Amino acid sequence: MITKNKQNNLIWLGLAISTILPFLFPNYITFLTYIWVMIILALTWDMLGGQTGYTSFGNILFFGVGMYVCAVVQRDMFSSGLDRFERVSEVVVNLNASEYFISLAVGTFSGALVAVFLAVILGSGILGMRGHYFAICTLGLGHAAAEIASGIEYLGAGSGMVTPIYPSGLFLGKEEFYYYALLMVAVATFFLFKKIYQSQFGLALNAIRDNENKAESMGIHTTQYKIAGWSISAFFLAIAGAGVGNVIGFIDPVEIAFSGPTFGVWMIVMAILGGKGTIWGPVLGAIILYSAKETFWTYLLGWDKVALGLLILIVVVYFPKGILGYFKERKQLSNNILSQKGES
Amino acid sequence: MDLLSVNSVNKSYGGVVANTDVSLEVPEGKIVGVIGPNGSGKTTLFNSIVGHHPIDSGEIYFNNQEISRLTIPKIARMGMLRTFQQTHIYGKMTCVQNMQISSDIDANWKRIFSPFSSDVDDNADELLSFVGLYKKRFLLAGDLSFGQQKLLEFAMALMKKPRMLLLDEPTAGVNPTLINGLIDRLHQANEDMGITLLVIEHNMRVIMNLAEHIYCLANGTMLAEGDPDNIQNDQRVIDAYLGN
Repeated sequence: MITKNKQNNLIWLGLAISTILPFLFPNYITFLTYIWVMIILALTWDMLGGQTGYTSFGNILFFGVGMYVCAVVQRDMFSSGLDRFERVSEVVVNLNASEYFISLAVGTFSGALVAVFLAVILGSGILGMRGHYFAICTLGLGHAAAEIASGIEYLGAGSGMVTPIYPSGLFLGKEEFYYYALLMVAVATFFLFKKIYQSQFGLALNAIRDNENKAESMGIHTTQYKIAGWSISAFFLAIAGAGVGNVIGFIDPVEIAFSGPTFGVWMIVMAILGGKGTIWGPVLGAIILYSAKETFWTYLLGWDKVALGLLILIVVVYFPKGILGYFKERKQLSNNILSQKGES
Repeated sequence: MDLLSVNSVNKSYGGVVANTDVSLEVPEGKIVGVIGPNGSGKTTLFNSIVGHHPIDSGEIYFNNQEISRLTIPKIARMGMLRTFQQTHIYGKMTCVQNMQISSDIDANWKRIFSPFSSDVDDNADELLSFVGLYKKRFLLAGDLSFGQQKLLEFAMALMKKPRMLLLDEPTAGVNPTLINGLIDRLHQANEDMGITLLVIEHNMRVIMNLAEHIYCLANGTMLAEGDPDNIQNDQRVIDAYLGN
């Protein structure tokens, strides 16, 4: 068994390696950046999906909202506003370094706040629903958001938006900058969530997962906890969205921002693959699934989606509780045997 | 003084009338029993009291406050808790965690990062020993036997330091040896911790030993009330149970 001290050392070692990775493998930097994005996606999905047992298919909404809000702030904060006759999707804003980073920071934060606001409003409406009803209700969220964004000319409508060009001549290039930024967000998310799951709040989420009626009859305001959990997820998810929008440099409402079939599904599969309801599960799942996806794409182009589907199938059949869920169960089993022995 | 008083409560599910004009009083510090054949509306009455569903008419007062329209968590926070006929525990959490989460917590943002205090842990250990589950405290609650889960649920309710407990068939499905222990503990909770109890029970031996005053429901109406001896010899109660 890994002791706590050892585990901490491993985390620090992992972080140290992560910091120098872009210099070791400069060709893989975008791939590595996406690994951190995927970790954020899986972790935030797991707050409700794993710890609280509320499967959400609509978390992609917050991702896209963060992306759009940030892009709009970046575009409009320092420029004189849009020319009415210009096509929004073709507007490319040139900012100097300080303007770029200020608008990026303000945009990211505003995106996160808007996402939290949406989570609270939507959550008050649909988080009162139990179990599967909530899941069904969230199915339409991402799709509806994509349709709405496609219809707003201010957001570039169906043609999408272009994020500002990264200022040249800086110490860190664009790729490096977003690698480290998203690394920091992922690490912050991880440690914050870890802390939350060890707290009273985290145990309340687990109680809702195990028996919501009981939790309610014991005086826990379950809907408030669910809304709070969803809001925290939305906050970090929106930050990830803001980052991804800038990494890609182009925002398409259906294919990128509110892309249910890619990011929206991956976040769920990654959390389940690694073991939902654990802190390390989503991290592990994100690394494995995204690496597999990229490998399949590189070597099995054309059959890559089939291979990915097969991988998911194997995991669901042989590790229905995920990789870490499997080990957790075995550990609990040996714990049970030990304490049975101690009793006699 | 009556801690709980239920006045003329009516509840029907569509065309099915579950409670008609049901009234009862539970004085503070007493143990009161509710008996009645299957389907007589006992659990519906419990659900009405704790706010599980809205009642059609009537009033329910707890501690002189009307609670007829409050939600479950609000009523629970006022100090009235219920346990379930089928055990309701948090199966994938250990017994200790089950106890911790049953302590008095609320959705306070300051507590979002803080673990449980050592007071809570001490209290949990104490109550787990009280119900005899101390050795099993690190097992998942879902792995306990049915009887042990009932004991755990009882301990969880005590964790909240309630003023009143509504117990829905605490001994159903529990083996006879454990039942005796459970009766003792219910008495102790009542006497030592000052918790008022309202108990639904089918086991006549248990309820006659436990309750000081018994209400008998049949077909959704209050058939009879009185002390255990009177109820046992009441012809209407015997008819309701055996059919006439």
